[in-house]
Amino acid sequence: MFNVTRRQAFAASGGLLSTLLLPQRFASAAVGSTLNIAYNVNLPSFDPDIGPSSVNPTIQAIYRSIFDQYIGQKPNLSFEPGLLTGWGWSDDKSKVWMDVRENVVWHDGSPFTPEDVVWSIQREGKADGGNPVAFIWAGIDNFKIDGKRITADVKQYDPVIFKWMAFLTGYVLPKAYYEKVGPEGFEKKPIGTGPYMVDAYEGNAYLRLKANPKYWGGKPPFETVVFKFVGDATSRVAEIESGSSDVTLEVPYEEFDRLKSKAGLKGVVTPISDIGMIFITNIEPMLDKNVRLAMCHAVDKETIIKRLLRGYGVAIDTLLAPEYAGFDPSIKVPYDPALAAKLLGASGFSKEKPVKFTIQTTRGFKPKDYEMIQAIVGMWRNVGIDANIETYEIAKHFELRMSHKLAPAAFYNWGNAIGDPTTSTGFAMFSKSPHSAWHSDDLDAKIGPLWGEKDEKKRIQGWTDVDRYIAEQGYVLPLLQYAQPILYKSDLKVTPNVSGALQPTLVSKA
Amino acid sequence: MLLAIIANRIAMALLTLAGVAVVVFVLLRVVPGDPIAMMISPGAGPADIAALKAHYGLDAPLLTQFWIWITGVVTGDFGTSITLHLYVTEVLASRLPATVELAILALLVAVLLGGTIAVAGTLMRRTAGETVIDGLNSIMLAVPDFIWALALVLLFAVAIPVLPLSGRIDPELAEGFSTKFYLAESVLTGRFAVAGNIITHMAMPTVALALPLAAVIVRLLKQSLKEAMVQDYVLLARIKGFRELHLVLQEALRNAVGPTLALTGVQFTFLIGGTVIVERIFSYPGIGNLAIDAVINRDFPLIQGLVLLFGLIFILINIGVDFAVATLNPRLRHA
Repeated sequence: MFNVTRRQAFAASGGLLSTLLLPQRFASAAVGSTLNIAYNVNLPSFDPDIGPSSVNPTIQAIYRSIFDQYIGQKPNLSFEPGLLTGWGWSDDKSKVWMDVRENVVWHDGSPFTPEDVVWSIQREGKADGGNPVAFIWAGIDNFKIDGKRITADVKQYDPVIFKWMAFLTGYVLPKAYYEKVGPEGFEKKPIGTGPYMVDAYEGNAYLRLKANPKYWGGKPPFETVVFKFVGDATSRVAEIESGSSDVTLEVPYEEFDRLKSKAGLKGVVTPISDIGMIFITNIEPMLDKNVRLAMCHAVDKETIIKRLLRGYGVAIDTLLAPEYAGFDPSIKVPYDPALAAKLLGASGFSKEKPVKFTIQTTRGFKPKDYEMIQAIVGMWRNVGIDANIETYEIAKHFELRMSHKLAPAAFYNWGNAIGDPTTSTGFAMFSKSPHSAWHSDDLDAKIGPLWGEKDEKKRIQGWTDVDRYIAEQGYVLPLLQYAQPILYKSDLKVTPNVSGALQPTLVSKA
Repeated sequence: MLLAIIANRIAMALLTLAGVAVVVFVLLRVVPGDPIAMMISPGAGPADIAALKAHYGLDAPLLTQFWIWITGVVTGDFGTSITLHLYVTEVLASRLPATVELAILALLVAVLLGGTIAVAGTLMRRTAGETVIDGLNSIMLAVPDFIWALALVLLFAVAIPVLPLSGRIDPELAEGFSTKFYLAESVLTGRFAVAGNIITHMAMPTVALALPLAAVIVRLLKQSLKEAMVQDYVLLARIKGFRELHLVLQEALRNAVGPTLALTGVQFTFLIGGTVIVERIFSYPGIGNLAIDAVINRDFPLIQGLVLLFGLIFILINIGVDFAVATLNPRLRHA
């Protein structure tokens, strides 16, 4: 209960007035060892293994600051020891082994143990536990701990399980602490073993982290890191331009070009593991191979990147970006409008008698998504394709895709931070995947055996062959690899991350 | 008599909220996009999708889902947010104070600004000054709050960076609060530096929200004042030798303020609706910003809780306005 006298009220108003009139020095501005990041998404939940946030790629930079993954990942997507220092399969691939890092402590000072690892994997693999990729973690079971080594039986062979240990929901949580405080308690006071500890949090506003002095990977470069959740791109531009934030990302390319050469600022653009593509659904008129191939050959991707994305992006002809395993630069689907017109002509279509269908796209979900589709529809029109554009929300796209009800063509972006072809070509093109649009037996026959292929070299080559076949058949229209713009103060050094995760540990003083 | 009116209003409010509950529940299930489709990852099979649906209680028949939810609502349990992993009531209680403070501050600014301009316009009637005021007011009225927000960002955060752009308070100062009413608490506890910091954070969103409402107040109040200024009682006061300012403030304003108050109440609900976009632009942690994330993620329990809360706020504002108007106008008390 507050009791305020008239004198106090008068003093209060005077004090408030003087505070407002005095020159402000905003504490949030870059000072000393504090790093302010104007971040593009909000952090809804601190649990990196459960719920929708756990599979949101853009939040991983925050999770990686607080928690450690089983296996680490370098900015170039290669893997490195995390909380596991070693890992592998038995010769017959019936067992896995994992060596757990020693002398690691949780943020509350309690020791990190192999039991934490086992408990975390089991929690992530529970079918009814709320982990969206539980099927990955449920593939190993019957864990045994012997000193720092954990062994487990392989219930279902998945060649990429160790790659997932550096990917979505591959985080180790503290068993004893979580069981003590429960899910709600953990949300309110989360702890991990990561480089930064949670200090303060206000949803939709900011997250303040303090350096973990006992971090096994060495002291982080900044004592304090503040993630400001600035969902609006214009506001992020203002944050960096005004000096209120030290780093920001995902600003419009026009603003990036304007600000990167401004005094006191620097900018870097890096191709990331996120691609733009057009799904083709196996319905009319896409059952005609000539139509599909004409669609692919009629699109001038380089011009789209140059004109619409100011040159920031990399044209691709398969669902694999150059940094992914299995990428083969020799697979090409060249821009050839004459060939496109000829293919359409063979099926009885022309500019005068165009083939007609609907293409769905988001508008504003990705940079220039709608404008790109407008440009593509224009290019198609020149060869005899009359596509009607239908815009929808991303949520509708997911639902339509899951129920195999997308239009004949549908624009989407696909992320794959572990760079394995299973998580791109595999899940986007295999008919049993809820994310695929093209369903055909010929393609399934080629993809099916690769899921369980135990010879890694053969497995990767198999995916490359599948990609070549897809390109020859025109089962999908890959467009471009996106590039992530990052703006930062010139007294900082930023190492871009191909996964797109702008982690504070990748920012240092220049 | 008064008790009967109050009971009637409460019954109507409950009926309205029940209708809102049904509509929002059905709409969410009818419009495309569900939370499971938003989160399933590549490789998930039908069994995995079914397990996730069961985990979030979305596998039950629609009527069962509604019954579970509505019986929970009646007992104060709005469910658990899918994305935040927290009780919806807890989330709403922690975010609502930020929006309440922002909306009230914006209302105060709008009333003060609108009232002042309306009085000035009345004093300057039939002069060039009135034309200027009408012109400026038309601009204020035509430009929506989010455009004002962006303009203010460019002006006071980029061109002349004197105001902080995002958040409700500097993170370094957001400690030691026993309530979520940061501004009220910091003023009442004498933490003026903190209060000042909060006000600088609220300045731009407040003005962005206040300007369109102020314009509405100007238009209506000025018109009412002009009509009042030709009434007999004003003429009598003028004959008595009172100055023009006295005539406007003491004679005309009291009689002209009724319609403006009623309309301001209605417009205040629009102002609260405007917080959704404005809070987003300024990364202000209120229920508006929360609502955008909830919709993007198809967080059904949270959206349902937010819509009911917005509904309740609108009903309370309308009841409040009705009583305020009745209090100020004795003729309406017995209507």
